[in-house]
Amino acid sequence: MKDYGASATPAETVQVATSGDVVTARQMVRTLAQRGGLGLVHQTKLVTAASELGRNMLVYGGGGVVRAAALSDAGRSGIYVEFRDEGPGIPDVELALTDGWTSGNGMGLGLSGARRLVDEFDIASGPEGTTVRIVKWAR
Amino acid sequence: MKCGNGGTSTPALKVRAGRQIEILGEDDVAIESSTRLLAEKLTAERETFLSQWVRTIGEDLQGRLSMAELGRELGELYEAILQALGTGGLDGRGERYGEVRSLLIELSRNRARQGFTPTETARSVFALKEVLEPSLTGDQEGARAYLQFARLLDDLGLLTTEAYVRTREEIISSQAEQLLELSTPVVKLWDGVVGVPLVGTLDSARTQVVMEKLLQTLVDSDSTQAIIDITGVPTVDTQVAQHLLKTVVAARMMGAQCTISGIRPQIAQTIVALGIEFGDIPTNASLADALRQAVAEVAKESENDARGLL
Ligand SMILES: Nc1ncnc2c1ncn2[C@@H]1O[C@H](COP(=O)(O)OP(=O)(O)OP(=O)(O)O)[C@@H](O)[C@H]1O
Ligand SMILES: [Mg+2]
Repeated sequence: MKDYGASATPAETVQVATSGDVVTARQMVRTLAQRGGLGLVHQTKLVTAASELGRNMLVYGGGGVVRAAALSDAGRSGIYVEFRDEGPGIPDVELALTDGWTSGNGMGLGLSGARRLVDEFDIASGPEGTTVRIVKWAR
Repeated sequence: MKCGNGGTSTPALKVRAGRQIEILGEDDVAIESSTRLLAEKLTAERETFLSQWVRTIGEDLQGRLSMAELGRELGELYEAILQALGTGGLDGRGERYGEVRSLLIELSRNRARQGFTPTETARSVFALKEVLEPSLTGDQEGARAYLQFARLLDDLGLLTTEAYVRTREEIISSQAEQLLELSTPVVKLWDGVVGVPLVGTLDSARTQVVMEKLLQTLVDSDSTQAIIDITGVPTVDTQVAQHLLKTVVAARMMGAQCTISGIRPQIAQTIVALGIEFGDIPTNASLADALRQAVAEVAKESENDARGLL
């Protein structure tokens, strides 16, 4: 995935430390998506992906920061969202991205489902933490 | 060698310990005389001090609390402080101030419930400083006593803030609970059919409340059909889905049939993309459709029952 992080400005951020913060982050993404001209289905998919990734960050990464911004690239416009935590990381990303795989008692669909809900998806994970970046284009 | 070592170090320790005792002793004497002076003053000028204290606070609170009530509260507090001073204490967190502390906690709780600010609450204590200041700061001994007393009142003032905050937190969490109850109404829609219109976000706490209320209403109204309507739920993610599934399973275990209605097109598409499967749980786009089907089910059941009787 292209590095949209730098060009996506001005970005809005939400610190996530509680489940209430996940709701706040979700609302921020929804507002941006509405302003960015995404259709209702696209909005809902993006917000749901943000909900999954935000909660993973809280539950497994011990909280972190959600950064979101409107994006325009090669004549297209969309929304960029980044989830960054400093948790233990995911030992096996491929496995974590398998439908139904959970280390806890979830459905194991959050990560893989979020990838299907957006147009671009990138995950980097290591012992210093996990960063997931997603883009949903308005079409 | 061991003996020698011990022999040289012991006297040094003794001297140090002795000095400490001396210093402590000086402090103790100072505190004792300050405490005595304060107790004497507070006893001698009881009426003046108390009425001045009540007046100062009364002006602050501007009639939001009756003067009689205020007089009673501060009167009790005054006596308790005087008593603690009489036994020779200036340590607000110590044993001698147990009574003072419980009175203050009571006062703070009341203030918090009555809607006063934490500042107004702490002022109730701090104002006693202003009352005593003119009559104590004339000479050095008095000034020293005043400082000691001010320190005590500062500590007691902080105590009121702690108690105030604790009470507010209790109030807020009980309101949140009430809100939770209010926002999850389970209603009887038809004979044998109950419904829960869910609005907002569905977290674990809310699911628990919904589930309990739904199961209770099924039993109370002798119903066999339940409809959970999610028209008002903006985001259905894996967590919400898991909670919905749990609720449906619980209803089934009570012998009820459960339908999820109000699945808008964008939500349906998102659920499918996420990979969530509702399995054999009936779903409906609208509450009206779900209700029609549930009523038909109830009719079929009673028909079967009637046949069984023949
Ligand atoms: N930010 C993260 N830090 C560390 N581990 C993570 C992170 N995000 C995901 N994981 C790991 O990946 C696994 C799969 O995540 P996924 O979101 O797909 O499922 P889940 O959270 O377990 O269940 P749910 O379906 O409710 O989301 C998790 O169980 C967890 O072990
Ligand atoms: Mg997850």
